[in-house]
Amino acid sequence: MPGITREEVAHLARLARLELSGDELDHFAGQLDDIIGAVARVAEVADQDVPPTSHPLPLTNVMRADEVRPSLTPEQALSGAPAQEQQRFKVPQILGED
Amino acid sequence: MTDIIKLTAAQIAAKIASGELTAVEVTEAHLARIEAVDEKVHAFLHVDREGALAQARAVDAQRAAGEKLGPLAGVPLALKDIFTTEGVPTTVGSKILEGWIPPYDATLTRKLKEAGVVILGKTNMDEFAMGSSTENSAYGPTGNPWDLTRIPGGSGGGSSAALAAYEAPLAIGTDTGGSIRQPAAVTGTVGVKPTYGGVSRYGMVAFSSSLDQGGPCARTVLDAALLHEVIAGHDPLDSTSIDAPVPPVVEAARNGSVAGLRVGVVKQFGGEGYQAGVVQRFQESVALLKELGAEIVELDCPSFDLALSAYYLIAPSECSSNLARFDAMRYGLRVGDDGTRSAEEVTALTREAGFGDEVKRRVILGTYALSSGYYDAYYGSAQKVRTLIKQDFDAAFEQVDVIVSPTTPTTAFPIGERADDPMAMYLADLCTIPTNLAGNAAMSLPCGLAPEDNLPVGLQIIAPAMKDDRLYKVGAAVEAAFVERWGHTLLEEAPSL
Repeated sequence: MPGITREEVAHLARLARLELSGDELDHFAGQLDDIIGAVARVAEVADQDVPPTSHPLPLTNVMRADEVRPSLTPEQALSGAPAQEQQRFKVPQILGED
Repeated sequence: MTDIIKLTAAQIAAKIASGELTAVEVTEAHLARIEAVDEKVHAFLHVDREGALAQARAVDAQRAAGEKLGPLAGVPLALKDIFTTEGVPTTVGSKILEGWIPPYDATLTRKLKEAGVVILGKTNMDEFAMGSSTENSAYGPTGNPWDLTRIPGGSGGGSSAALAAYEAPLAIGTDTGGSIRQPAAVTGTVGVKPTYGGVSRYGMVAFSSSLDQGGPCARTVLDAALLHEVIAGHDPLDSTSIDAPVPPVVEAARNGSVAGLRVGVVKQFGGEGYQAGVVQRFQESVALLKELGAEIVELDCPSFDLALSAYYLIAPSECSSNLARFDAMRYGLRVGDDGTRSAEEVTALTREAGFGDEVKRRVILGTYALSSGYYDAYYGSAQKVRTLIKQDFDAAFEQVDVIVSPTTPTTAFPIGERADDPMAMYLADLCTIPTNLAGNAAMSLPCGLAPEDNLPVGLQIIAPAMKDDRLYKVGAAVEAAFVERWGHTLLEEAPSL
């Protein structure tokens, strides 16, 4: 199993939307390398012909009747919003300028 | 006052029902205890004095009106800060939710309120339930009432400490890899991880959805059973909730017995890394079970050796996905929104400022395990291990009714000892993780003090899925036998705070 480099951690942090500091990158890279080295043992079973288990319960789509039920008011739904405007969540710009 | 806080939940409920005590008196006694000791213990992140007294007054009014009270009406409880509480802060031990007031109750919260249970406040925890020591809380660590310089376990260390410090007779925890059972073990209290799907996850902040399970914490097996019955049951709001009757846990707790039961001892739960005193108390527990009439069966579950590795791929993978919702847009912290930055930049700055180290490590680890090129080797293999563990349990439960093991390999370690050594911290969950991966039920209860450090040791009992009642039947028998042998409960040996 390959180890994990500082550059890879930086890439993963970008994918995970974490603005890590340089110190954190150094610190985490070593720790994550240790953790991955330890957990990579699971690959021992990679070739075994067993089905994967993603969930302890053998459930498939659980449906309910499509009925109108009481729910949060707009005020309640927006009560934790960092910013709001006209009964909507107000967010920073999503699209680029150009 | 001292007398009230030492009562069990069952005793308190009986005294309130008979009129010997009022719910307000009971609540005030516990609030006074919190006031007196929680500065040292730091079990609570938020004490809801007014809400607790209002609920207590409502119970007293119900009784005065001649209404029939539920089995835990008026009994105080410490609620892990992972369950939403309408109008009361819910932080999950994280800065990213500091000051957040949920607009709704979790199903579990609602059930507690409907049962007349008095919620005293919200307890400290490792951030997003990631940890085994409560040191990962953004609000500072919790002390173990047996020795305040040691960890109370985690992630539900606030709940276990509140019980051991007599700040509440009941508490709620959540168990993703051991976060109910390990804190119970190291504080000399009782904790149960119900069968996956037995207690609703609606309103419980998600860490690893296929593993997370809320459950009861108490100082006695019967109290845990009474609480289990209140919080369990099908919930249409949780699509993974089991639509089946709740196992008869209270009846089992009132009729403890192991006579004629086959009890398994798994050889993989032992060996290197297990503290001598823990092994000694475990072996004594096995001998006790035999004395009480159980048949002991040695078991081999080879895949359990891979459980920890599989867990530390599956749990981080699911958490990296679940925690994507903390994007600084709809609730919680928002950092760096000065009009010049994009939403994406604000999200990344907020998550950097709002998440602690362990959460960041796991999010990155999960992102790695799920990324193309590594997915099959890591996440895919971990899912295969999960199947093998289930198969090992299935084969084991063809031979035995329950399995027993130490709950944790060691007693409570000093605060700080493993704080920056993730792999050492992860080993605390060695014996508890297989149950989460397979989805069956398990309990931890006290089985003595380790001779070398005089700290509590936990005995874990594991039952098949939906056979939660077996935990209580066996647990009640073991508890009664130990109390008879010691002449008192284990907690009575804890130093006074």
